[in-house]
Amino acid sequence: MQGFASRHPVWTVVIAVVLAVLLWLILAPWTPEMEGVLGRKRVFLNAIFSGITLGALYFLVAAGFTLIFGLMRNVNLAHGSLYLLGGYLGYEISEATGSWLLAFPAVFVLVALLGLVLQHQVFRRMEGEELRQTMVTIGISVVLADIMLWIWGGQSYTILSPDWLSGPMELPIVTGTNRAGETVYMRYPQVRIAILIAAIVIGVAMWLVLNRTRLGMLVRAGVDDREMLSASGIRIQYVFLAVFAFGAGLAGIGGIVGGTFQSLSPGEDTRFLLASLVVVIVGGMGSIPGAAIGALLIGLAEQIGLVYAPTYSVVFTFLIMAAVLAFRPQGLLGSRR
Amino acid sequence: MAVTEAPGRQLQTPWIERIPAAWWALGFLLLAMPAFANNFWLFQVFGWTFILGIIALSLMFLAGYGGMVSLLQMTVAALGGYMVAILGTSGVEQISLGLPWWLTIPLAIVIAAVFGTLVGALAVRTEGIYTIMITLAIASAFFYFARQNYGIFNGYTGFNLVVPPQLFGVDWRQPTAFYYLTLGCAVICYAAVVYVSRSPFGLALQGVRDNPRRMAALGFNVTAHRIAAYTLASVIAAVGGILLVWQNAQISPGTAGIPAVIDILVIAVVGGIRRPIGPFIGALIYVLLRTFSPDVLSAFGLSNERFKLLIGLGFLAVVFFSPDGVLGLWERWKARRGRRRDPLTGKEAGQ
Repeated sequence: MQGFASRHPVWTVVIAVVLAVLLWLILAPWTPEMEGVLGRKRVFLNAIFSGITLGALYFLVAAGFTLIFGLMRNVNLAHGSLYLLGGYLGYEISEATGSWLLAFPAVFVLVALLGLVLQHQVFRRMEGEELRQTMVTIGISVVLADIMLWIWGGQSYTILSPDWLSGPMELPIVTGTNRAGETVYMRYPQVRIAILIAAIVIGVAMWLVLNRTRLGMLVRAGVDDREMLSASGIRIQYVFLAVFAFGAGLAGIGGIVGGTFQSLSPGEDTRFLLASLVVVIVGGMGSIPGAAIGALLIGLAEQIGLVYAPTYSVVFTFLIMAAVLAFRPQGLLGSRR
Repeated sequence: MAVTEAPGRQLQTPWIERIPAAWWALGFLLLAMPAFANNFWLFQVFGWTFILGIIALSLMFLAGYGGMVSLLQMTVAALGGYMVAILGTSGVEQISLGLPWWLTIPLAIVIAAVFGTLVGALAVRTEGIYTIMITLAIASAFFYFARQNYGIFNGYTGFNLVVPPQLFGVDWRQPTAFYYLTLGCAVICYAAVVYVSRSPFGLALQGVRDNPRRMAALGFNVTAHRIAAYTLASVIAAVGGILLVWQNAQISPGTAGIPAVIDILVIAVVGGIRRPIGPFIGALIYVLLRTFSPDVLSAFGLSNERFKLLIGLGFLAVVFFSPDGVLGLWERWKARRGRRRDPLTGKEAGQ
């Protein structure tokens, strides 16, 4: 952080000013003139919060993707299929057992097992052949998408959140005053707040594991120099298996989350694959903090665009990507190799 | 009436003999096809094969000679098709400008080429798998944009009644005429790719594919060569896209959807991305599968909709066992047959 501030003083100031303005817009009550220019504050706040929640979901899916890519240099274009499969499995499990929470560990284990099989049977056979791996994962995603369409059909599913998470909660953020002159506070669905907190917890936990444990040290060493790590006697294939299984399981959990606050249907797999692609391109390959920033940016751009310029909301996302590619091809937090 | 000819000329065989017999046979077969094939085969099977082959050929040019696997080609093709619909005549009269065909077609190709070049300039900043990811992301951005934009692309419905112009008194959408039109375009594109691949530019491009650093050290502008390759590929893809919109008589965002984008990659890879004939073989296999797999699947008691599974599994098998596609399989089979003969005596090795 301090290194960045001393190296790029101008950028630090710009980022700080943008963040301060954003915070002020969120926290301060809006005057009527501001509402005249920007529209109702409630709409703005909702867009910001949906953007952050969507960013949290994108982070869950993209974190595994970027970790797998960073360590093994393989682009798993079947990642979106793992997401959708996790969602469908979570739906089945929560319908069968009636427990939303139980679905999380079960889906994590099931999708992680599938990830183990993929890594062990497919990727290990073509290590270093990036193009072939990419094509094989495209083939796998086509096959998986059709099998899922076969089993679950074309209709869309929504996973019901448990009672204790349904309904809105009040946040200490002013949206405006009502006719009687009382201050109105923002109301936001509890389940989304829970998702946001869960994503933050998972992100921080991943960061801690990567930076503070022996396993994390192995993974970071593998990201930097795979050959040297295996030459120093580490069984790198086990590290690969563990990381792949973890990334796949995370995508599966992302499927449950996505199925709870959006819906599951054929086509969602490519949507989330693309979201992960854009997030890791923006944030930088193989960087967990980069994935977090990228996911937040993309989620916010998508939701704010949806509110203020519905036709072009998709284009905003890709403009961000194009700008990042043009000026910083390795991504915001990516390292040049 | 010269009695003695220059010695150099006698060594050269006439150009007719230099073309292998198989090519002559294939050429006559393709030209004579309307004599014995019915309209369904001419229009649906072969017309579609040539169109998909042209679009996949543009990918093969980029991937095989340039080493850049771009998933953008279907998008460029669809943009070309859209432009024909927007600039020319279509059923949506409030958007279509109704320009004459001699203005519409070159403009459509130029616009698609400019788009392909711009995106290519962005994509060549990256390498290998990054290129795939970025072109895939841009392709899907185009799809979503075309689906949401009603001012230019007419949103979800797209354009209908887009037909080729009535030229020389021929209705070019009649099966026989359309067959020759697509065949002609396919041959021109094929010849162009073969010619360019042997030209100084094509050779430099292949050098860039094999070793960009050495080419840069030799004084070649690596980035410019790659971007120029995108431009040429975009022109080829745009031709395919215009033919595609004429064949379907309509275009909608689904034409450039992710499945269609992936299909072009599947076609090029299954056919083989080492040689320009590969995409056409891949396209023929794809079209035959797509057209007849419902019959085959229902014969096995499966639902008609499972053909995607069939194509996906076939693609997986090809990528797993033969990275250079069906052509690679064929060449390896030929090499194995050739190896069985003893090079000294010419006898079969097993005997």
